[in-house]
Amino acid sequence: MIEKAFYGSKKYWAWIVFLFILLGTCFHFYLIQFSEGLTITGMSRNVSWGLYIAQFTYLVGVAASAVMLVIPYYLHHYKAFSRMMILGEFMAIAAVTMCMLFIFVDLGQPMRVMNVLLYPQLHSVMFWDMTVLGGYLVLNLLIGFTTLEAERKAAPPPGWVKPLIYLSVLWAISIHTVTAFLYAGLPGRPYWMSAIMAARFLAGAFCSGPAILLLLVFLAQRFVKYRVGEESIKALAKIVAYAMSANVFFLLLEVFTAFYSRIPDEMNPFKYLFAGLDGHTALRVRAVLRPGLGIASLAILIPPQSRNNTKLLTVALIALVVSTWIDKGFSLIAAGFVPNPFGRITEYLPTFPEIMIALGVYTVGLLILTVLWKVAISVKEKTAA
Amino acid sequence: MDSDKRRFLRFMGISTGLVIGSGFLGGLSSALRLGTKLGGSALAAQGAVSGSLISSPSALKAGRWAMAIDLRKFKTNDDYRRCIDACDEIHNIPDIPTGQEIKWVWEEPYENAFPEQQNHYLEKGLKDKPILLMCNQCEYPPCVRVCPTGATFKRRDGIVMMDYHRCIGCRYCMAACPYGSRSFNFQDPRPFIKHICPDYPTRTKGVVEKCDFCAERLDKGLLPACVEASNGAMVFGDLDDPNSDIRKLLSKSFSIRRKPELGTQPSIFYIL
Ligand code: SF4
Ligand code: SF4
Repeated sequence: MIEKAFYGSKKYWAWIVFLFILLGTCFHFYLIQFSEGLTITGMSRNVSWGLYIAQFTYLVGVAASAVMLVIPYYLHHYKAFSRMMILGEFMAIAAVTMCMLFIFVDLGQPMRVMNVLLYPQLHSVMFWDMTVLGGYLVLNLLIGFTTLEAERKAAPPPGWVKPLIYLSVLWAISIHTVTAFLYAGLPGRPYWMSAIMAARFLAGAFCSGPAILLLLVFLAQRFVKYRVGEESIKALAKIVAYAMSANVFFLLLEVFTAFYSRIPDEMNPFKYLFAGLDGHTALRVRAVLRPGLGIASLAILIPPQSRNNTKLLTVALIALVVSTWIDKGFSLIAAGFVPNPFGRITEYLPTFPEIMIALGVYTVGLLILTVLWKVAISVKEKTAA
Repeated sequence: MDSDKRRFLRFMGISTGLVIGSGFLGGLSSALRLGTKLGGSALAAQGAVSGSLISSPSALKAGRWAMAIDLRKFKTNDDYRRCIDACDEIHNIPDIPTGQEIKWVWEEPYENAFPEQQNHYLEKGLKDKPILLMCNQCEYPPCVRVCPTGATFKRRDGIVMMDYHRCIGCRYCMAACPYGSRSFNFQDPRPFIKHICPDYPTRTKGVVEKCDFCAERLDKGLLPACVEASNGAMVFGDLDDPNSDIRKLLSKSFSIRRKPELGTQPSIFYIL
């Protein structure tokens, strides 16, 4: 089946070659980081996690969001998703792979990564996070390829996949919950130590993941004849609208608790993000952009008339992805370290090499996604013909 | 291509295969360990391991090591410098002039050291009074709880230690420490060390480090370097021994600790 990835149009090959060249360029920066150390990044003693861990967090959400298709399709037999399902599962595979790579590039001693498995520490959330991510990858590979293979043979999928699919629903929730626990259980980081963190993560994931999926589907449909179907797009857009509303609601809950209690530790990270604190304003522009884009996306997504208009929908989805990315893929981590335990502020901005390394990981993800979608769409087109 | 890069490329080749295989093995072995660990006590969950491995007859031993810093005795700038320099010299602390610095013991003004003690009308001179800060050797250390490799661990005598050879440099412990006690080697520290002291290992890039209460000196029967240099302004001893100097001092003076509300039970006491 995988051989389908080796037959493609000129455009397909040009794209693959382009990705490889980009990857090579980015890999060069990783080699520099590998020999010089993380000193080439913008991180510091006070802001000791940055862009990499933030991307990891964001992408765990994207991976988990596949359940927004799995639940309607497998649990409620919502058949309209049948042409979208495999694309979502394969996107999850690409996302989990990127998650693992982002952890890897963030390590100071990457050659020792196996120590996590050689000396498993069951009291460490990071151990569990790596374990559930690995499991999720295996589950999605198994489910994705088995169902696709069955479809190719025009046979029903083997009986043993069903239980795995149900398991994958719980598993998807668990990967993002455990990722939230990485942060939510730390004393002395008030911005992170919030019981609603996992719920907020999931809500954010369930809007941003499907939004990215839809955008990628729109893009892919420009190059292939394969169509996922109007109904499935409408249904998924509705899911995005609900999830984004929940996401914004949860954030407002945090804001209320912080500002009505007026506890400085709770308020400071928000103040830092949205207004700047003691003259430190590096993140302010981004943070102010985020509610603006978030509200704009909701304004389009909530009324059915605009939501069902593909052009407007595309705009809304892009706004949503950017807004949730600023929230989870950037400010969440930086603001967690502000102010530091001494009430001081250290600003963080990623450096150029750091951005290139992150881009490299995204390129790997795009490569995996391209190849997997190529296979899936080829099989689907064949069986439809 | 330098050797680092070549080593890396070779590593990538071998490990792509290994990663997949050992993922399963690791899962299996952790499942097996789960049984024994869950049976173990809360101590196991805190990652406590046995005391020092090499101990000479003259080694100092304790149930729980702790330190009292008598702020009344820190008057001149030199009182602080002596302690900090003593530590920096014997532990090969590099002098890195950027935000990626390494520090084991340092000073912060009172209002930054105790930010929760906000008070606009503080006694004159106290607000800006420098306070010596270092790892608190917490009884319930969050850094140990989060470490995915056991590279940071708590000994029976209460000292929270680092294994520089096991640390993968994930910096989870830095996010978890509520006291900002940990430093990460963003780069090779050796070029930044003025005089390398052969009695203590230098660290490599990519690992985390922090104060370890001079565990290596205790093994030789010596007090921590800062305590020795402090001319009696710092008192070190066993909290479990009611007759120790530190217990006697604490019982007759008013002491505070950093962020006691977090429940980490710091082993550093500040006498006001
Ligand atoms: S002060 Fe920080 S580094 Fe030291 S034991 Fe406590 S949590 Fe760990
Ligand atoms: S950086 Fe090292 S000591 Fe700290 S949590 Fe990671 S492996 Fe443990």
